[in-house]
Amino acid sequence: MQQFVNLTLGGVITGAVYAAFALALVLIWRSTRIVNFAQGAMAAITTFIALSLIESGQSYWVGLVVALLAGLVIGAVVERLVIRPVEGGPELNAVIVTLGLFIAIQALISVLFGVNQRAFVAPFSTIGFRVGDNSLALSPNTLFTLGAVLLVMVGLTALFRFTRVGLAMRASAFGQEVARLLGVRVGRMLTLGWALAAVVGSLAGMLIAAEVTFVTPTYMDALIVFGFVAAVLGGLDSPVGAVVGGLLLGLLLSYVRGYVGDELVGLAALVVLVVVLLVRPGGLFSTTQTRRA
Amino acid sequence: MSDLQTPASAAGAATSDAPVSATAASNASSAQATGGRTFLPRNTLLRHLLVLVLCAVGAVVLLESTDLGFNAQIGYVAYYAIAAGGLTVLTGLNGQISLGHGALMAVGGYTTALMLDAEEPLPLVVIFLAAVALTSLVGAVVGVAAARLHGPYLAGATLALAVGLPGLALYFKETLGGEQGLTVSSPDRPEWFTEAIRTLSGGSPSGVKWIAYISVACLLITYFLLANLMRSRVGRTWRAVRDQEVAAELAGISLGTWRVVAFVVSAAAAGLAGAVLALVVRLTAPTAFTIVLSLSLLTAIVIGGLGSLFGALVGSVLLVFLPRLLRDAGESLDMDAAQAAEISYVVYGVILVVVMLFAPAGLVGSIRLALLRSRARRSARG
Amino acid sequence: MADTGAHGSTASGAGAVGTSGAATGGTATAPAVLEVEGLSAAYGPVRALQDVTLRAEHGRITAVLGANGAGKTTLLRTISGLVRPTAGRVLLGGEDVTRAPVEAMVTKGMAHVPEGRGVIAELTVDENLRVGALFRGKVPSEEFDRVYSFFPRIAERRTQTAHTLSGGERQMLVIGRALLARPKVLLLDEPSLGLAPRIVAQIFAMVRHLVDTEGLSVLLVEQNARSALSVADTGVVLNLGRVVVTDDAARLAGDEDLRHAYLGF
Repeated sequence: MQQFVNLTLGGVITGAVYAAFALALVLIWRSTRIVNFAQGAMAAITTFIALSLIESGQSYWVGLVVALLAGLVIGAVVERLVIRPVEGGPELNAVIVTLGLFIAIQALISVLFGVNQRAFVAPFSTIGFRVGDNSLALSPNTLFTLGAVLLVMVGLTALFRFTRVGLAMRASAFGQEVARLLGVRVGRMLTLGWALAAVVGSLAGMLIAAEVTFVTPTYMDALIVFGFVAAVLGGLDSPVGAVVGGLLLGLLLSYVRGYVGDELVGLAALVVLVVVLLVRPGGLFSTTQTRRA
Repeated sequence: MSDLQTPASAAGAATSDAPVSATAASNASSAQATGGRTFLPRNTLLRHLLVLVLCAVGAVVLLESTDLGFNAQIGYVAYYAIAAGGLTVLTGLNGQISLGHGALMAVGGYTTALMLDAEEPLPLVVIFLAAVALTSLVGAVVGVAAARLHGPYLAGATLALAVGLPGLALYFKETLGGEQGLTVSSPDRPEWFTEAIRTLSGGSPSGVKWIAYISVACLLITYFLLANLMRSRVGRTWRAVRDQEVAAELAGISLGTWRVVAFVVSAAAAGLAGAVLALVVRLTAPTAFTIVLSLSLLTAIVIGGLGSLFGALVGSVLLVFLPRLLRDAGESLDMDAAQAAEISYVVYGVILVVVMLFAPAGLVGSIRLALLRSRARRSARG
Repeated sequence: MADTGAHGSTASGAGAVGTSGAATGGTATAPAVLEVEGLSAAYGPVRALQDVTLRAEHGRITAVLGANGAGKTTLLRTISGLVRPTAGRVLLGGEDVTRAPVEAMVTKGMAHVPEGRGVIAELTVDENLRVGALFRGKVPSEEFDRVYSFFPRIAERRTQTAHTLSGGERQMLVIGRALLARPKVLLLDEPSLGLAPRIVAQIFAMVRHLVDTEGLSVLLVEQNARSALSVADTGVVLNLGRVVVTDDAARLAGDEDLRHAYLGF
């Protein structure tokens, strides 16, 4: 019983991070019909930048802010320089470009920061709360993780719902040409969308780093897969779907990890993805229009 | 290998306006470029056989005139090129991307390692065939799922395969060796080989040389088969499935079936590549079959210009020799070896991006397009 | 629409229309808000527009008519910058806007309602309107209320997502959205497309009303020539990317040869 509770708690927490990462993928997909396979690597490099700062004596919070800012800049630059030319072109070209970024950025991390794994100290205690004699898989740090993800979701919802920029971004995402005719600077909105997504991705990278406590240049490889699976689970088009998909996947993978084996988590994600794509390609919440995957 | 000498029947120069705007998958234009090469036989099979023999002679000369270190490098080129050749069929001809070919190579590699480890190992040919067969089977399963996906969905699914499948090696630690992997016992080299080499160059051959010969033989056979397949009705059908989805479907071509077939063929090549890798590297471990391997293969075929076997070979040669150049450069800059080795992956990534942005037809494809254009201009002039 | 039965006579070809020369350009009475001079455009090697000259006058409806493929939509897309012209000029209120970016057109006073209505289906009715007013900064809510007062049917649906709207309601929404931009000239692309005759009549009547009461100027592109000519002041007939004739709308509607040759009714 205790194991089940702890696996559930653990699943919700990793699920929240998957959700954030999936959300970042969805933001980009909605506006540019591109899956940013480089998002994991982009997040990883910002985490390593933060880690260098933290190791040099700065506080976690300075590192976090710098990581998020770095994400903002990297996202904007990437969109402007290498994504813009392939936007709206053959989809294979865009896929290959993001894969190229993936491998280049990941290798760049190794070149800049070395290939060895490094300890990442969480901002809060990672010792679980105790209930009686039992230790829960819930610690001050996991509460921080949950809170941060929640804050991002509330923030993004508010941005898209209640602000003029948010409205302009949604208009650009759903009707590029119409938005341009209405005077919306669509190009800027797409850049902003990529920048925002990269910030969310960076946050997810920082949070997962604190959860796993050790980072290597490839530590986000699995997360890009899990984020993608979560996003597809939710329909790839829907922010709400991404969040629900992330939580569901987090729970499922946590049970696989606990009851079957850590090694098979990746394979379980693959199975989920294939089943969803073949059975409900529009995602779990697709209603009328089923999109062909 | 072969498609530099394609027959003059195709619409090549006459329609050179069209292929100038190349996209990633479609630059292997349905009508292949052609030179006025008349010294080769017109019959495709005969021509490919001739090229095969010439290449085999060339390979023997190359292997005998270089040292063992270089022979070993040839082995690396061979397994990259075999896998890249398979990927060429899938991505270049059929328009499907796969990031799972590293994982498929693992299937071939582990099969070979396990079978060579037996008390009385079966003949190498049988082992290789088994590796190919098993990988093809896995490829068929993946292909059935993949046939219904496209673009980013397919990339994501095969990426998940690449990340997920190595987990099996960790889970079945007992048989598959877990993190450490399996060391591969060298196959016995037969007496006739030793004799043949002795008469050829007078030296006594080592295990490395035997493996280099095996690798090159596998490469040549694979490319011979793939080249014939690409020039056949099958190859044309794949191009039709890629370029004219709707028209092909109306013509009664079952898109799904042909995509699965392409995946199986391509997986078979990956299986053989994995088998060769096992022999060449002498180790199969999860770390050898990461997503980076799959992305390297993608780089090889993108450099070569999706859809050309010759391009895939050129790309594979670069994959083997570029890292060495860069590592030396990195070490001269006081980087440690592991860090310096990563520079090549930065370069691969940059190559992928730059090629897609500026020359989606790839290196070989762009050169071919330029040739085509200048030839068209010349023929237009007079 | 129901009455396109006379299509058969289109075969008479370009040279058959004797009136074209005599009738051209006799009706310029009001000042032009939009002037198109010698505009040409191409899709690759295919010439879509050739040397098109026309003007949209202040407080009037100018209808551009012609068969499918005559270049009508390309004309509007070239005017608003979505297609780059190969030659010619576009003047908006006397200012040369030929090379201005698409996003800037609306701020200069040109509102373009594209073919297929251009509703952003994922946004609500209200959000669609607000997008139309974004470039103006803060817009008083009375302006929104006024647009809703023109189109009570969409006012009832302000909080619904636009994909729930019928074709007619979508057309009302995009026209209302264009009004919020307070344009000097409104470019309307095939507003009748796929709508029932009764709805078409309603929408054209509404456009006429807005022109008469609000001083709007409209460049209307229509394949449904009969309906368009019934509300327009001036008609311009396009064929294969060229202007065949420009004349008073009533006179065009009365010219039987021309109607048979190009307008299909």
